[in-house]
Parts: sequence; structure tokens; C-alpha cells
Amino acid sequence: MKERWITIFLDSFWKILLPGLKLTLPLTALSFLFALIIAVMVALIQFADVKGLKQLARFYVWVIRGTPVLVQLFVVFYGLPSLGILLEPFPAAVIVFSLNEGAYASETVRAALEAVPKGQIEAGYCVGMSWLQIMRRIVLPQAMRTAFPPLSNSLIGLLKETSLAANITVAEMFMSAQRIVARTYEPLLLYLEVGLIYLFFCTILTKLQSIGERRLKTYGGTK
Amino acid sequence: MSLLEIRGLRKSFGSLQVLKGIDLDVNTGDVVAVLGPSGSGKTTFLRCLNFLERADEGSYTFDGKVFDLGKMKKQDIAGIRRKTAFVFQNFNLFANRTALGNVTEGLITARKMTKPEAERIGREVLDKVGLSERYDYYPEQLSGGQQQRVAIARALATDPEIIFFDEPTSALDPELIGEVLNVMRELASEGMTMLVVTHEISFAKQVSNRVVFMENGMVLEAADSGEFFAAPKEARVREFLRTLREHGN
Repeated sequence: MKERWITIFLDSFWKILLPGLKLTLPLTALSFLFALIIAVMVALIQFADVKGLKQLARFYVWVIRGTPVLVQLFVVFYGLPSLGILLEPFPAAVIVFSLNEGAYASETVRAALEAVPKGQIEAGYCVGMSWLQIMRRIVLPQAMRTAFPPLSNSLIGLLKETSLAANITVAEMFMSAQRIVARTYEPLLLYLEVGLIYLFFCTILTKLQSIGERRLKTYGGTK
Repeated sequence: MSLLEIRGLRKSFGSLQVLKGIDLDVNTGDVVAVLGPSGSGKTTFLRCLNFLERADEGSYTFDGKVFDLGKMKKQDIAGIRRKTAFVFQNFNLFANRTALGNVTEGLITARKMTKPEAERIGREVLDKVGLSERYDYYPEQLSGGQQQRVAIARALATDPEIIFFDEPTSALDPELIGEVLNVMRELASEGMTMLVVTHEISFAKQVSNRVVFMENGMVLEAADSGEFFAAPKEARVREFLRTLREHGN
């Protein structure tokens, strides 16, 4: 019994890890990159109080946060084809996770923008800088430093959330484990194993976060 | 000829009228102290002059050009801001820039100077305010007095025709006030035009050549400094000065 477990564990390790490296990580990285771009734009639109666009941004955040990501995956992958929009599983997953994470991250970035003292913006105007220059060179760098820990949190959350992509036939880590379960009838062993590999990935991200926090410019502070 | 001439400046926040028609003249080389109790509208008035607040109406003459405060265009504001500078009560230094970076930021981004050129000017003005040893310090590493001197250097760097000071020493510990006032005193002696909202009566007395006393959103008295402190015309001003004296100012 024990021997069988060890054999299955070792045999399936690479069969789970490999899709992790080939699908779970790229899916996470790509989605998070796009999510960050969306988040900064959506946060800036609200921060700047751009008429019309601000309402649109709030609407986007409201809809995305108010619906399950699983539903969003199904709508995009299984629903959109009826409108003639056919997407491959992987791009569909990237789109959904980017939009989903973007909405959450935009709130993080918005809060971080609000935390930069307004006086610095006024000082920027007084030395002749434009709003965009002030945002790019003064406010955003400080805000992104503040947002780094909560955004790292989101990244770790996203990595695990990508397991939902199995539902739209992306053969990532979780789906690989499911397939092996179907073959070996060892659900306990394999689900624990895939969990362990997620834990391993997240541990690396956690380490990267603390390295990042230490490296982040502290602007002369002791923090 | 006046460098800055304000007529009938009005400003309301909602239904509350905080500035009820202010007139002001500042000549080149003037040091004008704006005094008055808190809530009199001094700071709002100063902020209107650099468009950090938008006045509702009034005329604004700067460098011979007349503007209608109710209809300021973006370019007009940018043009005036190029020739003026502002020093805040809370310094408002860019927290992610060193002392030198704070001073050069506007020169590089807004005035399109090269970095070496901006840094040459930056070092020059930081030397002037006595911070030659602190070029690479971040605001967080500086004392309040040093931060405010960096802010003054930042104002000087753009070679303004007038500097607006909004209670520049109010946020400082008592022992740090002197170093900031000394820098301002030196600027005054070099002929820099300054408009200073302040509670430092002794500074106003020694350094300013004109005083404007505000209360309830109006100018109650405007006079030459000597005249103002020797023989204030308004009873309210006499009372204000007496109260300050009693509190050891």
C-alpha cells in the first residue's frame, strides 16, 4: 500500500508540476500583468475624477466584484460563442482573470493613491508640473510602494484561483491532478499532492514579496 | 508699478462666503505680511493667488497683464505659476525625492532643463538656504526646519518674481522657527518680492514693509509696516496686537 502511494506520488509529481510551470504560472503572470495595467488606469480615472469615465470605472468594479469568477469564466468561454466570439481556453482564462483581478487591484491602487498627501500634488502644480507628470513621477511611485504588500497578497490569491480554469478545459495543475485521480482512484494522495505544489509556488512568491519589500526604496526611512 | 494687483477678489465655499472683495497691491521688492485671526481667510486668499483655490470673481493683474479671476484659462494659470512660487505650511516636499531632487524636479519636468543644469541650480539654491550638506537626504531624514528650507530652495530654483508663503513657520517646533525666518530675512534683504501669511508679528515688524490685516474675509487695514505697528487705525487691530503681545509674541 505504502509503496504504491510512493510510486504514484513520484510518478505524478512531474505530471502535475509541468502543467504548473507551463500553464499555471504563465496564466498567473500574464493575468496579473494585465490586471495591474487595468488597475492603475481604473484607479487613476477615479482619482482624477474624470466625468463619465469615473462612472464607467465604478460600474466595472461593481459588476466584476459582484459576480463569481467561475461565472465569469463560463460566460466568456461557454457563453460568448453564441454571440460568435470563440476563444481558446487559455486566452479566455487570461481575459477573465485579468479583468477580475484588475477590479480588485484597482481598489488597492486607488486607496494607495489617496494615501499620498494631497499637498505634494499642489506643490507639483506650483513648480509648474502637469497632472500627468505629478502622477507619473511623484504620486504613483509612492502609491505603488504602499500597494506592494496588498498587491502581493492578490498575486498569491490569483495563483490559486487559476485552478478554476480547469472548468474551462485549461489543462493546468489542478486538472492534471484530477486526471490522475480518475486513473488511479487515489483522491486523497493526489489532491494533497497538488495542494503541496501550490503551497510550494506560494512559498516562493511569499519569499519574493519579502525580498521585494526590503529592496523597495524606502526614501530614507528605516522601515 | 505694481507687480501684482488684486481687485475685488471673492470666494465662496458653498453658501459660505470666505473672501468678500479683497484688494491688494504688491510692488516689486515688497515684503507684504498678511496678518489676522484664524478663520479670517488669509490662507484661502493666498491660495487663490496661485490658483490652488479658484476665486469666483475679481481682477488679477500680474506683470501688467490683466486677468478676470472668474474666467481663468489653463494657459493663463500655467503662465502665472511659471513666474510665482509657493511655500506651504506643511512643506509638502516630494517624499520620494531627495532634497536636490525636490528642487530640480520642476526644472527638469516643467522647464525642460537638462539634469546637470538643473542640478547646478539646485545645489546653488540649497547652498543659499544653508543645506550644502544635505543634497542627498530624503525629506523623512530632515528636520522640519530643514524641510521648510528645502521648500524655500525649491521655490527659489524657478527664479520667481514673487514667492507666496503660507504660514511657513506654523508647523515648526519653536527652536526651528529661527532658521527659516533667517532665510526669509536674507531673501528680503536681497530684494525678493514676498507675500507672507504669518503669525510671527516680530518677523512682520522687522522684515515686512507693508502689512495687510484681514478679518472675516475682508481687509480691515492695509498700511506701511512702520505705521501699522506704531499707530494702527482700527480698534480691532490694536486689540489683536495687544493680545499677541500679552502672549509673548
